[in-house]
Amino acid sequence: MTATTRILEWFGRLYIWLLLAFLYLPIIIMALMSFNVSPFYQLPFEWTTEWYASLWQNDQLIAATWNSVEIAVIATVICTVLGSAASLALYRYEFRGKKFLQALLFPPIAIPWLITGTAMLIFFFGVGIGRGLHAILLGHVALALPYVIVVVSARLQTFAPELEEAARSLGANQWQVTRRVTLPWIMPGVIAGGLFAFAVSFDQFVVSYFLATPGQTTLPVEIYAAIRKGFTPEINAVSTIIIVVSMALMLLTARFFKFGGEK
Amino acid sequence: MAGVQVSNVSRSFGAHKALDDVSIDFADGGFYALLGPSGSGKTTLLRQIAGFDFPDSGRITIGGESVERVPVEKRRIGMVFQNYALFPNMSVADNVAFGLSVRGEAKATIATEVQRALDLVQLGKLGGRRPHQLSGGQRQRVALARAIVTKPRVLLLDEPLGALDKALRVDMQIELKRIQREIGITTIFVTHDQEEALTMSDRIGILRDGRLVQEGPPEEIYDRPKSEFAATFLGDANIFRGDSTGNGIRLPDGTAIAAGAGATLAAGAKASCAVRPERIRIATEAGTPDAANSNTLKGQISKRIFAGNNSTYFVERAGQTLKVIVQNTGMERLAEGQDVVLHWSPESTVLIAPG
Repeated sequence: MTATTRILEWFGRLYIWLLLAFLYLPIIIMALMSFNVSPFYQLPFEWTTEWYASLWQNDQLIAATWNSVEIAVIATVICTVLGSAASLALYRYEFRGKKFLQALLFPPIAIPWLITGTAMLIFFFGVGIGRGLHAILLGHVALALPYVIVVVSARLQTFAPELEEAARSLGANQWQVTRRVTLPWIMPGVIAGGLFAFAVSFDQFVVSYFLATPGQTTLPVEIYAAIRKGFTPEINAVSTIIIVVSMALMLLTARFFKFGGEK
Repeated sequence: MAGVQVSNVSRSFGAHKALDDVSIDFADGGFYALLGPSGSGKTTLLRQIAGFDFPDSGRITIGGESVERVPVEKRRIGMVFQNYALFPNMSVADNVAFGLSVRGEAKATIATEVQRALDLVQLGKLGGRRPHQLSGGQRQRVALARAIVTKPRVLLLDEPLGALDKALRVDMQIELKRIQREIGITTIFVTHDQEEALTMSDRIGILRDGRLVQEGPPEEIYDRPKSEFAATFLGDANIFRGDSTGNGIRLPDGTAIAAGAGATLAAGAKASCAVRPERIRIATEAGTPDAANSNTLKGQISKRIFAGNNSTYFVERAGQTLKVIVQNTGMERLAEGQDVVLHWSPESTVLIAPG
């Protein structure tokens, strides 16, 4: 190995470590501070789980967390089922306006949530849906659905249509073909799409903020409100819990995406 | 087991006529090849027989039962796809079991039948493998086992050997033929490989532009092609064009070529003669033409290709390049540039109507 390549390699490593530090240092500090006695980020570091204990007493925060989890789970189930079915329909059938419909799937991903949120608020009031957890759920489903369709459709692109034909030639009806041949193939995409949907819903602040009513909020909205009232390390504690859960979910997603490759 | 009748089947995709009034009888237990260049409609025809697609008009019967509007899953056919289409999420045994399992057969029956089918294709020990752990030839066998385990009425194969290399292909041709004989199933086999069609099938149907050009046993099509297309697509042929003399043709320069007995066309009409390259004898001087090989042409060798057991000579004659294949039984070789005389018998000459 020449000196030049050695230096280049060294810079490469440095770059990676700087990048990781940039991404993770704030999070690590926050996580550490959730275990620090001082509420004002003072050092030296003294270990405590006091903030986690007091978080446990914070009924509002816990209620908001459960709201978030419930909405995210329900939105995920709805989006996964509807999104996968829509992807299969787009894959299997040719119909008028199909290209247009597919093109329409992308803008909702790109439109700023602030605008989507405002539009939803106005629309929901107009049609009498109003605000509240049901409105938040509806909003989250609308936001997350395109992600599922895009991910599952991408997986379907790798599906060989002869597999469905082979199954039919062996006497399988449409349902047997879908359940035993097509679904197993797209399952990694369905799971990845579901995890995406969960993340979009669980992390959602803007749209939830617009559609929440004072007593009934989701976790991100509740955290925002709490910070405005005055910062407490309980926020660090709850954030740490969420980060651990989110990262676990994202790692699972990555794993399923890897499964998506050729075996 | 059952025969298949295709009667006056047409199918268009937009303005394109993929099948144009095709009728073929596939007798029970026979091995048929549908041969044609790409776009000739052979795969479209197979898909009509399978039930993946329905004809615009015409009738298809399997075992006497009209099926042209019956979807594939109800036709009780077996199909082998070009790329095998094995289910990647299932083991070899589960792939083979699929057709029995969707019919709701008992587990024990399925296990027995699957094992029997895998034994038949000589993969008895590989039931636990996944498709991606198999070689191309093994996948081919699994696809075949999967297609026949349900005891279909007819076996359809869409270019089944296309993805295999040549040595494996020859093995699989023999193997496929053996299995077909053993279970005696009516088999229809799509290919663009003329050699495969010749060596494997009892009968060949040649398709072109959605029409059936000729149908019959391989030897009959090879020896008595009815069109220039059939003559040149199945095997190699020298084509002479001229005016019909009733039982032969007269070339533009006045040379007469006699065709075999039985060939008759109205004298004076445009007509062609086809001669297989291996039927022509090549000599350095005229000598006395023997009666049996009375067709004679003079020419000059422009090129010689030596292929071990035979040599191909390209002979220039009146602006036409003729191909002559000679078995290298002795040591004599003719040189490029040499003047030669070609002889062949009228029996080896096929008179073809124009068109």
